[in-house]
Amino acid sequence: MTGQDSPGRRTVVVGVGNEFRRDDGAGPAVIARLRALQPGDDSLSGVTLALSDGEPGRMIDLWEGARLAVLVDAVQDITMPPGHRYQLAVDALAGAADGVTSSHSISLGDTIELARVLGRLPARLAVLAVVGRDFGFGTELTAEVAAAVPELVEQVRQIVR
Amino acid sequence: MSHETDRTLTVRALARVEGEGAMHVRVRGGAVEDVRLEIYEPPRFFEALLRGRRHTEPPDITARICGICPVAYQMSACLAIEAACGIEVPDAVSDLRRLLYCGEWIESHALHIYLLHAPDFLGYASALDLAREGRGLVERGLALKKAGNAIMELVGGRAIHPVNVRVGGFYRAPVRTEMAPLAEKLHVALDLALDTVRWASGFEFPDFHHDHEMLALVTPGQYAIDRGTVASTGGLSFAPAQFEDYVIEEQVPHSTALHARLAGRGRYLTGPTARYTLSSQWLSPLARQAADAAGLGAECRNPFRSILVRAVEVVYAVEEALRLIERYEPPAPCYLEVPPRAAVGHGATEAPRGVLFHRYAIDADGLITSARIVPPTSQNQASIEDDLRRFVAARLDLDDQQLTWQCEQAIRNYDPCISCSAHFLDLTVDRG
Repeated sequence: MTGQDSPGRRTVVVGVGNEFRRDDGAGPAVIARLRALQPGDDSLSGVTLALSDGEPGRMIDLWEGARLAVLVDAVQDITMPPGHRYQLAVDALAGAADGVTSSHSISLGDTIELARVLGRLPARLAVLAVVGRDFGFGTELTAEVAAAVPELVEQVRQIVR
Repeated sequence: MSHETDRTLTVRALARVEGEGAMHVRVRGGAVEDVRLEIYEPPRFFEALLRGRRHTEPPDITARICGICPVAYQMSACLAIEAACGIEVPDAVSDLRRLLYCGEWIESHALHIYLLHAPDFLGYASALDLAREGRGLVERGLALKKAGNAIMELVGGRAIHPVNVRVGGFYRAPVRTEMAPLAEKLHVALDLALDTVRWASGFEFPDFHHDHEMLALVTPGQYAIDRGTVASTGGLSFAPAQFEDYVIEEQVPHSTALHARLAGRGRYLTGPTARYTLSSQWLSPLARQAADAAGLGAECRNPFRSILVRAVEVVYAVEEALRLIERYEPPAPCYLEVPPRAAVGHGATEAPRGVLFHRYAIDADGLITSARIVPPTSQNQASIEDDLRRFVAARLDLDDQQLTWQCEQAIRNYDPCISCSAHFLDLTVDRG
């Protein structure tokens, strides 16, 4: 777990989402793939792989003190096709703080802004997002998002290398 | 405007509540004509998907109903299945379950107090705004919450949707040495919890009281969490197996969550203030002392003061966790086999938001033939609407913006968990 790593040297990759809500499971699917690869992959050696349901307290605990945190999350975006990938800048996300808060869904933008106010951001934070199509009930990703998972995995490997 | 006698207040998506719901208030001729708490979050049909699953599966399946109170679902499910199968788990297993449940109470209450409810009393739109001006406060809340997290991780196997719970007990019992670091964290958390009660006791609470019948589990000699007899302030007392004889659920057009009422009696209220009112005499001395110092009497009928009750319950849960850890001996075995039999079982526990009832019918092969889940928020809908009706009627001089803000606060008093109940927030005040 995170506490076993030296503060300031730790790298964490967090899959954000719910694997029972179809494309919202993209983040957890990427983590599952990374976990399978980790034993024989030098680029992932020592990297903490974690899941998050987006709850802010636990999310901040996961990345606090890390050298690098990479978040992988599915997003809704009607302007781009399903499966389209973004790498979001932290500053852009902080602007996305929307002030609309529920106990389960303080937005990622608000969570990042909260961490910034509390001085608990990692040294570097990268957010990889993939546009989802179906966030309904079910455990399978849509074909478009499933096809993006290997690309997201490779993107994570490149960032943490 | 405030001088109008006909108006409509609408909140299309209530903030700082869990899930999707709305509020609609219609005022005609200077009188409140209609109040509706609309839960529009789609139902998730958990009861239906449980049918045909094995009797060992409900703890894992129903934990997915809520990310904030999965333990409550697991515990009520276990009690119901075990009751159906005629199994009673050893005290050591019950104690470990109670410890896990304390972790969930601490996490859920700390989240609601600091990130959702306190901003209302301090005039902030969100926890983020609170953090900008009171960083230390939010830090304290998150630290307190983290102590609950630590219990969930150790006993539950992970913080979200714990995986260590099974029908009959636990897959693995922590060893004693694993409990020591947890106790250290909880000793620190106890001070944070006491500070939280003192801090919240300084808030200004609107002068508002309800007359709802309040319903909670009671376990004489102990503050009810993981089991109990169902009792009410109106003198009811019945076993969880009789829950459906006393509680009637019915569909209303404006909510995807069933409304509940007590048969022949009407609306009622469950949750922290009900628990406190029925069991405050069984709080620990320190929690009782904190409650007294905060000005809580023997009962609490002002829903705005529920934040104080939650804070006192956090003190209790931290202390209770420490007590359970101090005397902890790993249960051996850590679970009992629970062979199926054709029967019906009932279970009820005190989720952070109130009584959570489960009932399962199982066939001889161990397959579930029917399931029923009655979460706290759906039970409270009629009482929340009644509160709003009376609350708005006394504040019609406020302009729409102020009135809407106060109504949202009145709803947040109940920490409604819409996803659990949707089986629901968005406010409209219609003044014509």
